[in-house]
Order: sequence, then structure tokens, then C-alpha cells
Amino acid sequence: MKRTVVPMGPQHPVLPEPIVLDLVLEDEKVVDAIPTIGYIHRGLEMMVERVEFTEFGYVVERICGICSFMHGMGYAVAMEKIMAVEVPERASWLRLIWAEMSRIHSHLLWLGLGADAFGFENLFMHCWRTREEVLDIFEKTTGGRIIFSVNRIGGVRRDISDSELVAIVEKLQQLGAGFAETARIFETDPSIRHRLGGVGILTREDAHAVDAVGPMARASGIPLDTRLTGTYLYDHLDFEPVLETAGDCLARVVVRVREISQSIDLIRQAVQRMPKGEGAPIETKVRGLPTGETFERLEQPRGEVIYYIKANGTKYLERFRARTPTFANIPAMIKLVKGCDLADVPNIIMTIDPCISCTER
Amino acid sequence: MSHVSLFKRSPWILHYDGSSCNGCDIEVLACLTPLYDVERLGVVNTGNPKHADILLVTGSVNERNIEIIQNLHRQMPDPKVVVAVGACACSGGIFARAYNIQGGIDHVIPVDVYVPGCAARPESIIDGVVQGIAALELKHKRSA
Repeated sequence: MKRTVVPMGPQHPVLPEPIVLDLVLEDEKVVDAIPTIGYIHRGLEMMVERVEFTEFGYVVERICGICSFMHGMGYAVAMEKIMAVEVPERASWLRLIWAEMSRIHSHLLWLGLGADAFGFENLFMHCWRTREEVLDIFEKTTGGRIIFSVNRIGGVRRDISDSELVAIVEKLQQLGAGFAETARIFETDPSIRHRLGGVGILTREDAHAVDAVGPMARASGIPLDTRLTGTYLYDHLDFEPVLETAGDCLARVVVRVREISQSIDLIRQAVQRMPKGEGAPIETKVRGLPTGETFERLEQPRGEVIYYIKANGTKYLERFRARTPTFANIPAMIKLVKGCDLADVPNIIMTIDPCISCTER
Repeated sequence: MSHVSLFKRSPWILHYDGSSCNGCDIEVLACLTPLYDVERLGVVNTGNPKHADILLVTGSVNERNIEIIQNLHRQMPDPKVVVAVGACACSGGIFARAYNIQGGIDHVIPVDVYVPGCAARPESIIDGVVQGIAALELKHKRSA
């Protein structure tokens, strides 16, 4: 059959970020998809040679504006490991709370964009309205809406008072209760079921084979979540990974919807477990220059991120490397796009929750 | 607010992500959603450069997207206005020292309004668009 090539991107209404997919079509079926990247490449990793390690945290945060907190946290934790710095316990708990709030805001953002991609604009607006409430808490506690710069090597810059923490939990629980109606629509609305159910199925075996991470893997029934390893105080909290087995676009939506309430619950538990006491130290003074190398993993909203840092005893690091979750999920996306209908391509691309600026840095 | 009298038409916006970190992009999108809701003023985010009056660019210029930005700008009908959103779009920002960044958007296309901030706040983006509307009106008058 005659083949047609439809170029998609870099500027496309469904793509918030530029990526190019050359879709090779036979009739309406996609037989091949060739990705082209590089539109957002900045050369961030190499900046480590020009920016001092104490200031590089600000650069790391700007890998991606959506999980900026988590990137800053990963860098700080990795540097603390290299420099053998003991972080005050309260700072670690505060990091966990902000990290889980980042997950809530990222999932709400994605659910909105996903809804927009399948043409449910009303739902997009509802998700983003809810998201603004999380951003309000961020602004109140860190001073920023998107980029916080609240992490530093050795701890965090700002404390949250105990009464404020209780108020945050209350506010998030109200948010969760308000979001329940939107969540019900995502899970039960017949038009969404028709649009997403059975589309872009990634089986458990395939998810293993292409090394999918994060919600993508969990929607295919693989309990892959670096939080389960118990690092970053997650061993003090009680939670089960959110799993779905269908592996289709709908399952990936449902996993993210449920992870919002999971994160709210994690924050509630964290506030209960963390030692009380305002005025407790939230940062350790760091002295000297780093030497050594380390790997650091943490679970971002999109999946597992890995940082590698090598320090050589000067104020500039030798190497900084990040393997971001979208990079790991692109093979899965290409696999799903092959064989689907042209009209389903935007949904499949959106349900991996692509973050191109993370991927290209 | 004196700018309100400038609203003689509904400006449509084309948003392009240069090499931004997403921060300014999601703030541009946040302008459209219920808290800020610029659509009530007739400002619509379109995906089609041929429908657009204002080009909002976030992020800076790199080797790869020079052509795309010029292309989008060329496809927009005259008169048109370019708003550079965020520190990166204005000057390269924190990434000015990165090897693949050539600088702000004004390296490639003429910029009418610069919106500072990292990330630019929705309020300042809306303000930038309002100033863009003023520039657009001026260009309309000149071309008439």
C-alpha cells in the first residue's frame, strides 16, 4: 500500500512542547513513527563546568518547571551524599511534603492537558482550577509558584510552622474531596471510556521489555516505584503503589487520578509522623569542596529519575548527568504509536506524560 | 485601567516554546484557566499562526529552533506583535552561558514587549499581552 508521511510538530496544538514525530501512514494506520528531538536542548549538563556547585542547584531546578522541586531535591541529596552531610530530620520531612505536593500539582496539570488532548475542555479547566490551590500553598510556603529554590545542599531554606502544616493538610483534604467529582468523571464518563479505553495497550511483558517507568509501568501492572525502596523517609509511611492492569490510555489516566489522593494521604501521614518543633534546625552548614561520585534515584511524577554526579575536589563539578523519566518512556511511546490510528496519536503521546525539556535538557 | 480602552479587537495568541524549561509555558497556560481566564477578554490561544496576532515565545533561541521561530513569525498576518515571556526569552536568562543557547528571541525576530521573570508570573504575562495589544493597535493605525 502507498505510504504517506505526516509530520507532527514541532509546533502543534496538542503539544505544549516541541518534538517532531514523522508518522508513516498506511491509510489511517500508523506503521512507523520517527522522533526527532533537539528543539529544547540547552546544554544544561555541561553548564556544571561553568557554574559553581553551590549555585548549580538553581540550574538543576530549571531542567523542568513542572518537577522543579524534585530536581532541586535530587541534586541536593546527591551532593549531601558526596559531602557526607547529615541533613536535619525536619528538613527531610519538609522535602517529602513539598515533593508530594509537586506530584499532586504535576498530575493535575497533566490530567488537564490530557483532557484537552481528547477534547474535553471543561475537564481541563476543572483540573487547572484545582491545581491553582496547590500552587497557592507553594507560594505561601516557598515564595514561588513554579520555581522555588527552596532546597540547598545541607537542608532547606524555609520552615513551615506546625500550625501551618496542619492547615495545609486540611486544605489538601478539602481539595481532594472537591476533586472527587472530577476524578469520578475521569473514571466513569462514557465518552472518555470510548476515547481512551483499549487504546494504546502496553502489556506487562512489553512494559518490561521497553523499560517503562512511573505511572506508565504501574498502569501495565508493574509495581515499579522508587518510593517503595524506603529512601527519603518513605519507609516511615504506609502506602501501596497504585496499580492498574489494563495498560491502555484509560489505565494511565486512572493511575494518575488515584495517585493524587495517595499523595494527599502521604502528606497527612508525614505531618503526623514528623517531629514537632518549630525552630528546630532545618539546615546544616556545609564546608569544604566535594570529592567523589554518586548515583541518586527518586520517584518523580513521571517516574524514576537518576542523577549521576562526579566531583573532583574543585568548586566546579566534573560531571552531572540526569536520566529523566520521559527519556525512559519514549521507546514505549514509539512502540504504542506504531499500529494505532492517526486520530489516537495525540492521546498516546499525552498519556506517557511527556516532558521534553526534561528529556533534552 | 487605561489599557481597557485599547481593546478594540480580540487578539489571538500563538504560543511557541523555544527552549524553555516549561515553567513559563505552564504559566502561559495558567493564564487561560479559571483563576486568570484571559478568554473573558477575548484573548484566545490558537495553534495556527495564520490566525494569530500576538506571538508569545518562551525560552531562548538555539541552533534548532531558529528556523521554526522565523517560520511561525513569517506565517502570521501583518500587523503582528511579538512578546518575549520570561528571562530566557528576553536574554537567555540562566542558560545564557549554556553552549547551545544563542540568546534572547530578539536575535531572530523583532520583539515588541519583554516580560521579565523566572518563571514569569501569570499577572506579568497578562500585563505583557495588554502592552502587546497597545503595540498592535499602534501598528494597525500606522498601516491604515
